[in-house]
Formats: sequence, structure tokens, C-alpha cells
Amino acid sequence: MEVWQYINSHWVTIGSWTMDHLWLILVSNSFAVFIGVSLGIFISGKGREEVADTVLYLAGIMMTIPSLALFGLLMPLLSALNLPSLGFLPAVIALILYGQLPILRNTYTAIREVDPAMIEAGRGMGMTSRQILLKIKLPLAVPVIMAGLRNAVVINIGIATIAVFIGARGLGVPIFRGLRTSRTDMIITGAVFVSVLALLVDGLLALAERKFTPEGLKK
Amino acid sequence: MIKLENVKKVYPDGTEAVKGITFEINEGELCVLLGPSGCGKTTTMKMINRLIPITEGHIYIDGTDNREMDENELRREMGYAIQEIGLFPHMTVRENIATVPTLKNWSDDEKEERARNLLNLMGMDPDEFIDKYPTELSGGQRQRVGVARSLGADPPIMLMDEPFGAIDPITRDRLQDEFLKIQNEIQKTIVFVTHDINEAIKMGDKVALLKEGELIQYSQPAELLAAPKNRFVRDFVGSDRTLKSLRLMKVDEAMKESPRVVKEDQDLESVGQIMREEGVNYLIVVENGNKLKGWINREDVEEAGQGRVADAMVRDTEAAETGTSLANALTVMLERDVANLPVVDGDNNLKGLLTFNDLQSLIGETYTESGGKHPEVSK
Amino acid sequence: MRRRIVLVILLSIFIGVTIWITEMGSLKYMEPKTYTDIGRQAWNHLKMVGIAELLAIGVGVPLGIFVTRPGMKKFATPIVGTANVGQTIPSLAVIAIMAPILGYGFNSAIIALFVYSLLPVLRNSYAGINDIDPAIIESAKGMGMSRTQIALRIELPLARPVIMAGIRTSTVICVGTATLAVLVGGEGLGKIILTGLYTQIPLLIVQGAAPTAALAVILDTLLGGFEAAMTPRGLKKG
Ligand SMILES: Nc1ncnc2c1ncn2[C@@H]1O[C@H](COP(=O)(O)OP(=O)(O)OP(=O)(O)O)[C@@H](O)[C@H]1O
Ligand SMILES: [Mg+2]
Repeated sequence: MEVWQYINSHWVTIGSWTMDHLWLILVSNSFAVFIGVSLGIFISGKGREEVADTVLYLAGIMMTIPSLALFGLLMPLLSALNLPSLGFLPAVIALILYGQLPILRNTYTAIREVDPAMIEAGRGMGMTSRQILLKIKLPLAVPVIMAGLRNAVVINIGIATIAVFIGARGLGVPIFRGLRTSRTDMIITGAVFVSVLALLVDGLLALAERKFTPEGLKK
Repeated sequence: MIKLENVKKVYPDGTEAVKGITFEINEGELCVLLGPSGCGKTTTMKMINRLIPITEGHIYIDGTDNREMDENELRREMGYAIQEIGLFPHMTVRENIATVPTLKNWSDDEKEERARNLLNLMGMDPDEFIDKYPTELSGGQRQRVGVARSLGADPPIMLMDEPFGAIDPITRDRLQDEFLKIQNEIQKTIVFVTHDINEAIKMGDKVALLKEGELIQYSQPAELLAAPKNRFVRDFVGSDRTLKSLRLMKVDEAMKESPRVVKEDQDLESVGQIMREEGVNYLIVVENGNKLKGWINREDVEEAGQGRVADAMVRDTEAAETGTSLANALTVMLERDVANLPVVDGDNNLKGLLTFNDLQSLIGETYTESGGKHPEVSK
Repeated sequence: MRRRIVLVILLSIFIGVTIWITEMGSLKYMEPKTYTDIGRQAWNHLKMVGIAELLAIGVGVPLGIFVTRPGMKKFATPIVGTANVGQTIPSLAVIAIMAPILGYGFNSAIIALFVYSLLPVLRNSYAGINDIDPAIIESAKGMGMSRTQIALRIELPLARPVIMAGIRTSTVICVGTATLAVLVGGEGLGKIILTGLYTQIPLLIVQGAAPTAALAVILDTLLGGFEAAMTPRGLKKG
């Protein structure tokens, strides 16, 4: 079949698209985790309920904006700031934004929902707020944060495909080119590879999620 | 050891939870904070380790105002156990128990040893439980680990907020007994919150009864029962307070010492003589010095006419051991339908005789509503 | 209140930018779209989303509920499992695959959208019923309710908020995917964005992107309100 032929003769290129795709995900989600977890911890603090509500609402709205539209809105914004409006940078920025909600919300909820009795016990035994955060709240939140990360990564693998429209490289390239030139083999190759990639990464992260779950919390 | 001086708490929303209470807890004593829901027990307790800031007044720990201490240091010097237990689910039993030792940077060996000792103390096999997680424990076991954790760094003071609240009555009863035994050994100064009058009477050296933020009565449990200060206390301890006080008193306090006894080889005629002279219908039979053997009844003596005590006596007999509570002794008497109960020590040596009449007059005594007069109680 | 303010600010920006660009009139290097163009494409966009979503609800809700019925549980794992896996697959991949299979045109675009929108609806309909506490069903049976009564009076009302949430998620995703459906012959605001991207005219891109964003946010807010209204009062959180 032509798809086979295409894959056979282009595996080096396909490999590099895959690597580009993964690299985009790796960079953007590293930032997303860092920002999301820090922000999540910050807004879970005492007396920040209103801020938290607003931040989470904004992140929620962010998610509803179609990625193609967000790319479109980012471009003029970036060129106004004299930054590259095509390619890797706008893609990373968009992916960081889309990765926020799952990570942020999960961090926030997990920390807020730690059983008050546990915090009370910790305080009563003389733990400082910092020790309570590091030894109780965060370890208990890790599996939930991991689930958020997994969700974010899967969403971003999809959006990174679309980022090809603003010049990012990745497995969106064969799909995009195939659609413009009516090359079925390229379309199918791209679609299949990106789908398999998404499923694989999702599965791997599910395993990681389990691994990161503290022993006592496993069912 | 712990001294509260005119302590007040007004919450930011204006609730006056504690309205200026003053009392002192002596070293090695278990002081129960008792009272209906919402009376300010938890608030009072949490002001001691400053989980709740004091609005007015002072709390002194060994003479030092607790507000002059670093709050985290203060808390690490006080064990803290709460009703919800609050074990950390991501930590093993070992790590949970070693929480405060970890905060205090003990070495791993010290922590391990401490965790094992405490598990032993709680009657849990360390090898079996030390590596388990809280989800793998039963409710009663969790509660024990919670108490063990609060004893983690061997604090001189313990704060316990309904520590046995979350378990079934039978297990609770057992844990209470065990804890009393432990307390006998470790002699901590304990503040113990409960709203259960029975638990208070059982556990407390002293009971502080609170009502709507005020200290109504602070006394030994027996006195609380025998001499309630006012109607509220009387209602709170309940109409069965006499029965409750029977739980606090021991047979030793109510028995007649050295009752008249006879020996197995005495002849029945002389025994009948004694009975007529003393005007009694029964005598206790002892052997080998003072070991309890049984009873002999006047009817049986008269029916047999002659022979030895051994031929006419009743051998199978109920007895109460010294230290048994009067409530238990009364139960035995009612169940076995006997009016008298010999009291023996652990080696079956006869110590005295408890009669139903004695019990009755005792109950009458505690019922004197004027209070004040009540049997001396030793704990 | 704060949410309202945030919402109003965002919408004002999106709509303001659209109006601003449209009002510019002809420029040397570009011909901005007119209000009619934007309105027509917005309508097309809504039409695609509407049709696809209605189909998705029509198929997804009954199917999701059907596989929770006793005796039908054997279909649950394959069907719900497929829906779960399907949601992991990127939307562009699904859309792109449809082109060679169904050909190029408005109908293929709608079918592609329908397939992708079906998944959240199906999954939530199943979960909404399946996750009901068995004790509730048990006690309903114990009180002598018939199967139909249980379904209509207990299961559906309890599952309704979850199903609504699925429909809302699905619709929002559908609005986004519809911008891509242009690639296989669909119409809609995505067309303006793509034209801008192909011709490298930022203003044109924004002229498509801003109203798309506004459309998505408005639909989500409306459905959010609807979802809240559909939730039985006893199920609402604090
Ligand atoms: N954070 C708070 N803010 C305002 N009022 C409070 C707060 N915590 C407790 N209260 C009020 O203070 C009073 C005493 O509460 P506290 O928790 O000390 O009662 P308690 O005796 O421990 O009752 P329980 O047996 O139910 O635990 C109650 O009226 C309670 O409603
Ligand atoms: Mg309390």
C-alpha cells in the first residue's frame, strides 16, 4: 500500500517529526507543570479564595478558546512585542496556556481537599506551615497533580499537531501538507503516528501516575 | 504543671466560647474536660498548645506563660491526639509514630526503637504493624497508633480530644482500660476532652465540667457524683449517678473485715451453737489458715443434726476479689441471687464479707441530696 | 461577581477587536472581511456545531444509557473503552482521516465533527448512570419502584447534570474542531483564520480568531448556566 511505501521511504523524516513533536511537548509541559503547580499552591493559600476562583475561571475560559483562534490571537501580540510570531515560540506559549487548567485545577483541589484532621494533627504536633505543605499536602497531592499533567500532555499532543499552522514542526506537518496536496498517504501517516503517540504517552503517564502514588494511598 | 488563669476566648465572629476560666492541673494527673457539645472543651484544650490564640488571660506551663514560648516548640513538647485521628495515609505506622521525633531530628535508630516500644506499649506487635499503612489497620488499631503517635517524643504533657470517640463502645472500653494501665506506668499530665460522663468518671483524676464557656465544677469524679454543685451538674451526671459512683468504689471500702468463720472439721453442733448465739443464718468456711472454702447454712446444720462441717457445707461459692468495683459486686449478687459476697485477695485468702444491707445503706448515704457527705474514695 | 467582570472584559476585547478591524475598511495590502462575511461564517459555524452536536446527543445519550441496562453491560466495556481511547486521539487526526474516507465537502465535515463530539456525550451518559450509588437504586427497589420508575425518577434526574456536563464539554470541543473542519470542506469562522494564515495577513487571522473565541466563550457560559439550572438542588455544592 502507498502508506507503507511512504513510511518506508520517509522513516527518517517521520522520526524527526516525532522528535520535534515530543520536544515541543516536553518543553511546554515542563513550564506548564512548574507554573501550574506553583500557582496552584499559591492560590490554595488561606484567604486567597477569591483570587483562586478568578484564576481558575480564567484558566477555564482559556480552555474553551479554540486553539486555531488562540494561535491567531497570539501572533499579532507576539509581533507587537518584537518576538517571533511563527514557529516554536508561539506554539510553546499556547501549549503552556492550554496545559494550565488541568494542572492548576488538580493541584489546587488536591491541596484544598487534604483532610483537615490531618493538617490539624500536623499543626498540633508542631509542624511549621512549610513542613505541613512539604510533608503532608504535597505528597498527598502528587497523584492528583500527576493525573492533571497526564491530561494536559494528552491535550497538548493534539494541539501541537495544530501548531503546524503557525509554523511549528511536528507530526502535524505531514497532515497539513497531505491535506493541501491531497496526498492520502501523508495524511494517514501523520494521523496514525500522532494518534499512536498520544495513546502511548497516555499509557506511560498512567503508569507513572501509579508509580508516583504514595504506597499508603494505593487501593 | 498546667495553670489556666482567667482564660477567655472570643472568636472573630463574636462567639464567646470560653468565658474566663481558672483551674490548675497537677503533674501526672489526668484531667478530663467534660460538658455538652459546644461548651468550649476543644477551644480550651487548643488554647493550651496555642492552636487557638487566647483572647484574654494566661496559660502557664510549668510556670512559663505559653505565649512566651515558640508555638512549634511548645507543641512538640505536648502530645496531641484528636478524635478524627488524622493519621497521615502516605506514611507507614513507623513514620507516623516518628513524626515529632523526625521534627526533632532524632536518629533513625532512635526513631525505630521508639516506634517499636510504643507499639508494644499499645499492645500491637511491632513486627506485624510497623510497616503497615493506615488503610491497612482496623479502626481500633488506628486509634492506638494515633495515641502512640502523640506519645512519639515522650512529651510530659498530652492533649487528647475525644481520642476514643471514633470507635465502637466495646473497643473503646478496652482501649480505655489499656490506656489507664499505660498511664499508670508513664504518669503523664493529660488533658482529656470528652462529652461522655462515663468516660470522664472512668478516666479522670479530676473532672472539669464546663457549660457555655464557664467552669461549673472542678473536682474528683466521686465528688462530682456525690456532691453535684447545682442542678446542671446533677442533670448532666444523670439520675443514675449512684450507680455510677458504685463503679468508682471498691468492695474493700464497703466490706466488713474479719467476719466470723468456721473450719471444715468443726462439728456441726458447735457451729449451730455459734449461729444461735450470733443470730446469723450462715457462716463462711475457711481452711489452711484463711483460704475460702465455702458456706454453711443454718438450715443445713439443723437438718444434718450431727457430723462435721465438711458434710453439710456448700462448696461452690461466689466471691469478689479485692479491688472489684461495687457495681460489679452488685451485679454478681443480683445475678446469683445471693445476699452476701465474701471478698478474697488474689490467693483466695478471705479478706472480708460484703452484705446486701451494707450496700443498701451505702447507696442511701450517697443519695443525701445536701451533698458534702460521701464515703472516702481512694483511686 | 468577579467572574462576571472577567467575562465581560474578555468578551469586550474579542468583540472590540473584531469591530475595530472590520471598521478599518480596505487597506493597501488587504481587504478585511465585512460584517456580512463574519456574520455568515459565524452562522455556518453555529450550524455545523449545532447539527453535529444534535446528532451526537441523539446517538450518544441513548447509547450511553443503553449500555448501563442490565444484560447490556457486556457492550459497555468495548463501547465506553472506544470512546475513552477516541478522546485521546488528536482532533486534527480525526478530521484529516475523514478527508480520504468521506471525500471533501460540508457533509463530511459534519460527520467528522459528529464522530468527535459523540465521545464526551457517550462517556458522560454512561458514567452519569453507572456511577450512581448502588445503595440508592437498592433502596428504590426496596420501596417497590418498578424498573421504569427507577429509570425515570431516580437514575435520569441524578445523571442529568453529568450528561449535561458532557454535552457542554462536547460543544466547546466541537466549536474548536469546527475551525479545523474547514480543511475537509466545512464552512465557518475557521475559514477566515485559515485564509489569514495561508496569506500571512495577521489582521485577517485576528478577524477570524477573535469572533471564534467570543463564540466559544459565549456558548460555554450559556451551557454552564443551563447545566446549573438542570442540576437538582440537592446535588448542588455548597
Ligand atoms: N472557629 C470558630 N469560629 C467561631 N465560633 C467557633 C469556632 N470554633 C468553635 N466555635 C464556637 O465556640 C463554641 C465552643 O466550641 P468548641 O469546639 O470548643 O466546643 P466543644 O465543647 O469542643 O464541643 P463538641 O463536644 O461538639 O466538640 C461553640 O459554640 C462553637 O460553635
Ligand atoms: Mg470538640
